[in-house]
Amino acid sequence: MSEHILEIRHLSKAFGSHAVLKDIDFTVNKGDVTTIIGASGSGKSTLLRCINLLETLTTGEILFHGKDISSGKVNSSSYRAKVGMVFQSFNLFSNMSVLANCMIGQQKVLKIPASEAKKRALYYLNKVGMAPYINARPDQISGGQKQRVAIARALAMEPEVLLFDEPTSALDPEMVGEVLDVMKSLATKDNMTMLVVTHEMSFARDVSTHVVYMADGIIEEEGDPSKIFTNPQSQRTRDFLKRILNE
Amino acid sequence: MFSQLLSDIGILWSKYGTLYLTGIANTLILATSATLIGCIIGFLCGILQTIPYSQNDHFVKKIILRLVRIVIRAYVEIFRGTPMILQAVFIYYGLPYFFGVSFKDIWTVSIIVVSVNTGAYMAESVRGGIMSIDPGQFEGAKAIGMNHWQTMLYIILPQTLRNIMPQIGNNYIINVKDTSVMFIIGFSDFFAVHKMVSGAVFKYFPSAFMEMAGYLCLTLLASFLLRRLEKKLAGKSNYELVNIDQLVMTAGTYNYPDDAGSPFEEVNKDYKGEGQ
Repeated sequence: MSEHILEIRHLSKAFGSHAVLKDIDFTVNKGDVTTIIGASGSGKSTLLRCINLLETLTTGEILFHGKDISSGKVNSSSYRAKVGMVFQSFNLFSNMSVLANCMIGQQKVLKIPASEAKKRALYYLNKVGMAPYINARPDQISGGQKQRVAIARALAMEPEVLLFDEPTSALDPEMVGEVLDVMKSLATKDNMTMLVVTHEMSFARDVSTHVVYMADGIIEEEGDPSKIFTNPQSQRTRDFLKRILNE
Repeated sequence: MFSQLLSDIGILWSKYGTLYLTGIANTLILATSATLIGCIIGFLCGILQTIPYSQNDHFVKKIILRLVRIVIRAYVEIFRGTPMILQAVFIYYGLPYFFGVSFKDIWTVSIIVVSVNTGAYMAESVRGGIMSIDPGQFEGAKAIGMNHWQTMLYIILPQTLRNIMPQIGNNYIINVKDTSVMFIIGFSDFFAVHKMVSGAVFKYFPSAFMEMAGYLCLTLLASFLLRRLEKKLAGKSNYELVNIDQLVMTAGTYNYPDDAGSPFEEVNKDYKGEGQ
């Protein structure tokens, strides 16, 4: 059995009286590439935001290396520094250059000196093919480029897990490929532990090692991608896949 | 008529020119320093007012944060809701009355009054500026592990500053003009010189004319400089691609990543990520 990085235990989340997540349980192991699929409104993004403590849990707990980080006793900032997040809307810092975006977290949170932070930032910007753009500001580059910078920014913190919240949903179709290519390379070449909420079924099927299908705030089915995509057990999973794969 | 005015101004200038200039210098020093301090007060209030707390936090933290918000609210309402001329009198004569301390230095009390007044307005401008920032900027900062102060200092406030620059300019220009009320406690600004000189030589209109022209020049100059500053804060409108090696292809001209890897991977051999 490989090492558990994240364990989600009986997680529930309600906005007022509206329950978005109901008793979610699952585990992320080191090296896993887990994709979370499901219809819009099924709670996928909320789950990811809960894991990064951007939302407070209603009940349940999240264990990071066996330690409960959701109770408020652990400093959430130092936890977040170890768990990277890539957003649908990029959220690059608009007052900084591409390079500074990738350096600021290292310098201020990890207290890495500027010269070392710059080397590291350049290394990861190279990885995503954005090194020539270090002097550009976020509003001067395209959506796909922004997302690649956002990935480099998250990587520069050298996190143990990388969370992706629909990273290609806000992109023009011709830019989806460049971002997926970077993610694919992280998964296959760098063995990055990743948790990806996505509508890209080809990524879920071909790249991920584990697929979670969510519907109406519960995990309807999870397992091997080959199993989920070729032989889903639940009727709802079958319906969802049929609908989305025939599009 | 007009030549009469010109000759009167000439007389005033030759006799009291240095006084007028000192007045202008005092006005500028007071307005500039008070606006800067006011901005700092405003930004501080902005940071303190937006410290988040949730249901799960300790009740002491919640009470303190709520108290902080109430105090800032009261400060803003009191200093925004009363005339500055009265605040000057109130503080200048009030402090010795209650605490037995008096301000020997008219400069100190003037700067305090104008700064605190500007701070009250700036606190609201900053709050509005912070509210106008995309929530994604806060989340992006949180997601890489920044705490509230770091998020504010490095991400949110620089963007807020850029957005509220026009309001800061507004406040500065208002301060250049409105520091004239500080004559009430004996501060010798540009307007105080007018009161003194015109009273001594009975040339009210020529002196007022000089004052009008002087203030207008100051404010025009100020708004010109502020526009320049705004443009500078907006950053460069273009950028240079950085090709470390001229023969290396730039993004978009190759199909990354394939098994051959990125052409850029050759560039940084001195750094490899952990666990590679």
